[in-house]
Amino acid sequence: MDPVIGRDIGAGLAAIGVAGAGVGIGHIFAALVSSVARNPSARGQVFGLGILGFALTEAVALYALLISFLILFS
Amino acid sequence: MAAPPTIDALGQFRLTTALGPVGRSVNFTNSNVIMVLSAALLLALLAVGMRRRAVVPGRLQSLAELCYEFIAGMCADTIGPEGRRYFPFVFTLFFFILFGNLLGLFPYFFAFTSHIAVTAALAVMVFVLSIIVAISLHGLRFFTYFFPQGAPKALAPVLIPIEILSYLSRPVSLSIRLFANIVAGHVMWEVFAGFMLILTAALGIAGGIAAVLPLAINVVLVGFELLVAFLQAYVFAILTCLYLHDAVHLH
Repeated sequence: MDPVIGRDIGAGLAAIGVAGAGVGIGHIFAALVSSVARNPSARGQVFGLGILGFALTEAVALYALLISFLILFS
Repeated sequence: MAAPPTIDALGQFRLTTALGPVGRSVNFTNSNVIMVLSAALLLALLAVGMRRRAVVPGRLQSLAELCYEFIAGMCADTIGPEGRRYFPFVFTLFFFILFGNLLGLFPYFFAFTSHIAVTAALAVMVFVLSIIVAISLHGLRFFTYFFPQGAPKALAPVLIPIEILSYLSRPVSLSIRLFANIVAGHVMWEVFAGFMLILTAALGIAGGIAAVLPLAINVVLVGFELLVAFLQAYVFAILTCLYLHDAVHLH
């Protein structure tokens, strides 16, 4: 088998980890929407926390994506 | 027929020396040029913005004051009243990273935060500073930080290694987060731009029309990368504040 195919499959497998971060980001925004719906006056404070959580979770997705890129391009 | 275009995604992060033979002799790279530029831009913003010191601020002075108040508020909210002492450090860190991220988005510029050496140096600086602050304020009591208050004594052999490990992983996660975000963003651009070339090379005119799709994705990514550039600088600064809070208050 062509080793390039193996490399591409590996990169695809490495990107599966992004799914977990997708679930996490979904949870964060679900909690953000429900908390703003319950107490609209807290929007200012809660929004900042939500964006911070989003950035931290998104970084985890990027670890997986970075490994995938490294397999593909280096 | 010419060779089919390939995607050279990591080539954009290659360092080259700048400023001709003088730069080559001291290894002054394109990354350093952008570092100096971002520091100079920040200094210029503050110096020019605050030159008049008007009671009713103009546009540039409002921007400078907004920057100041944003970080001053962040320090006061996260570290507490002692936060004012660390304000200059956090301010410099935030705007150095922010200007670096934003300048890196321009074509032909270099994103110096896309190099792990740069982000690791910044993160280690934060880590060492927080240890120095903690030891100078609390002395040897600093080591009680590794045992959570109120936990049963029997759990100490389990808890202390975990706490030490999580403490030591701070600079690693801090540096890799910033570096991975910037690298992933720039590689994504390169990949979608590469799709356009591959499409036109493979399908001719029809491919050229289809290449509008990756172009549209790239346009959306520009907006996303602007958000990421700000957000990652913010996350870096606020985590610095949190670590300093832990150092000042222990728990």
